[in-house]
Amino acid sequence: MRILVGVGASDGSLRALEQTVERAVEAGDELTVAIIEDDSPDRSTDEIESRVEAALDSGTVDAEVRHVDDEPGSELVTIAESEGFDRIVLSGGTTSPMGKIKIGSIAEFVLLNSHVSVTLIR
Amino acid sequence: MSYDRRFPDTVTGPFEGPPIRFTDKAGREIEIRAHDESEREYEAIASMYDEFDPADRAQGIPPSDERRIREWLENILSGECLNVVAWDGDRAAGHATLVPDNDDYELAIFVLQAYQEAGIGTRLMKGLLGYGAESGVETVWLTVERWNQPAVGLYKKIGFEISDSESFEMEMAIRIGDGADESG
Repeated sequence: MRILVGVGASDGSLRALEQTVERAVEAGDELTVAIIEDDSPDRSTDEIESRVEAALDSGTVDAEVRHVDDEPGSELVTIAESEGFDRIVLSGGTTSPMGKIKIGSIAEFVLLNSHVSVTLIR
Repeated sequence: MSYDRRFPDTVTGPFEGPPIRFTDKAGREIEIRAHDESEREYEAIASMYDEFDPADRAQGIPPSDERRIREWLENILSGECLNVVAWDGDRAAGHATLVPDNDDYELAIFVLQAYQEAGIGTRLMKGLLGYGAESGVETVWLTVERWNQPAVGLYKKIGFEISDSESFEMEMAIRIGDGADESG
């Protein structure tokens, strides 16, 4: 399968990538990583890039790395639909202080707009 | 993800804090008390959540298996969290909690199915907000599924205002203190 995985600044996002890499190694998926640039205070884009490289190296997976910025949700859907991807993978569900699952605005946009299957990693 | 949450400018209240005793609409004597952090109360609350109907879960809480329920309760029944419980004798009928979120508090409330629509939820909410105000809490928010009109109606009646309606879950907020009584 051709997988487009969106990675932002959150820890959940990087965990989602690690799981996707593991799965790609087992299943022989072809992976493209889209780094979501959202001016997050958590991590700079450079830091995300180096974390992504580390995750890809750990699974010895070769993946194209690209960037989405202006409207990340919309760009992810456009890329997936126009370039023949089989699936979009995102980290889906941070939790509130209470422990309630919340869906971020990017995941929400992708879920509601993508004609390509979407996997949310928890 | 953090952002500036909007709260109403005006203070709602005052709310009466626990203990609160009343007879519910089904004729049961209910007492609302602040959680005393005893093992006995903890077990009664855990039993309530073991019994909880999964169809009434909200955004993944309460969790559905006992191990996860206990992990979740360890977090919210201790430390800086504020908890009130509605008791029918030794049986926990409802539970409401305030969990710190920087300077604000996130609220959640659960009433066991057999005790719903008996006026317990309203009193439990007011009791928790009274307990919160006594403890120095000023701003409280919660999320609710937008289709859950009974819950939205309850929150509005108490004084919550919609603060964000643009995502899956609707966010509502209330101000119960204005910082005027910092010395207390």
